[in-house]
Amino acid sequence: MNKHQNIEERLWDYIDGNSNEAEMSFIKQLIQSNDEWKLKYAELLEVHQMMHIHIELDEPSMRFRQNVMEAIAVNLIAPATKSYINKKIIWGIGFFFITMILGLIIYGFSQINWETTNTNSRFKVDFNKVDWSLFFNNTYTNLFLMINVVLGLMLLDMYLSKKKVEKTQDLS
Amino acid sequence: MSISATDNEIINRILRGEKQLYAELVERYQNFVFTITLRYTKQREDAEEVAQDIFVKAYRSLADFRGDSKFSTWLYTIVTTSCITFLRKKKLETSSLDNERVFELADNQDSGMRANQVEQKSKFAMVNEAIKMLSPDDATIITLFYKGEQSLEEISHVLKLESNTVKVRLHRARQRLKEKMELSFVQEVKDLMD
Repeated sequence: MNKHQNIEERLWDYIDGNSNEAEMSFIKQLIQSNDEWKLKYAELLEVHQMMHIHIELDEPSMRFRQNVMEAIAVNLIAPATKSYINKKIIWGIGFFFITMILGLIIYGFSQINWETTNTNSRFKVDFNKVDWSLFFNNTYTNLFLMINVVLGLMLLDMYLSKKKVEKTQDLS
Repeated sequence: MSISATDNEIINRILRGEKQLYAELVERYQNFVFTITLRYTKQREDAEEVAQDIFVKAYRSLADFRGDSKFSTWLYTIVTTSCITFLRKKKLETSSLDNERVFELADNQDSGMRANQVEQKSKFAMVNEAIKMLSPDDATIITLFYKGEQSLEEISHVLKLESNTVKVRLHRARQRLKEKMELSFVQEVKDLMD
């Protein structure tokens, strides 16, 4: 960061009131005694005041508020998220995945041959000795996929049922 | 309709069933929401559509407003998220002041100014024209700070950024705005000299 940028950033902090007390009084002194700081401060303060006073907010059309009220007339306030999200389920899912990951790591480490004879390697560990086939074989993969498909179908069913109920309520 | 109740009081009454009071919240924030959407979309029609969607979304999620921040901060979070989603959908080019497109835009605007030399450009117009030349992110951060009555902490919550990052971005945005205004001013003087 060059000197010029540094002065500007410190002055902006001073103008915004983000500096601490020691810095504030130091900058105040600099503004009074140093011409460069004084000029820069006057310049930035003018920009700051212009932005405060002159920035204009645009206005939407006259019918805007009415349009919003018409749009919300057919909408209902959704229940608060915390009312339908069960924290126990979230914690349960988290616990399940952490246990799975930890289990795999522990199993992997227990299978490693730490006494490999390979002298070229800096690490005297043979990762090829880990037998993953116990977990990643056809039976387990198929079972895993099947459970996921069943869960997916259950979720889809729940979603469609909810939509159907909402539609019926809207119509009535 | 204009009532003196605070935003939180109005929201509680809306949640208890006084739906029509939502008009008061719309009245209070419509200009600000519309300005930010316009900064991103650049077209009034699009901005109005996005702003309307924002108020509908905010209404539907009103029960999720916990009151631990200002309603405006919560609303502006929806505004920025919706604007970014809109831009992604439309695949609009978001120009930055650093790229050449903005300078082209500035040139075009300057040509427009030449056509209206008789009209003395006020500071008011200069600031607002310069803001339009900024990137949506820069324009939004300046608008949130100066017109949205949001502190750096609140802006960092709205934009999902670190407070320090917001501070740096605000400094840079102001610097760019200042440069834009100076450029515009120099051009104006040049026009008058010709």
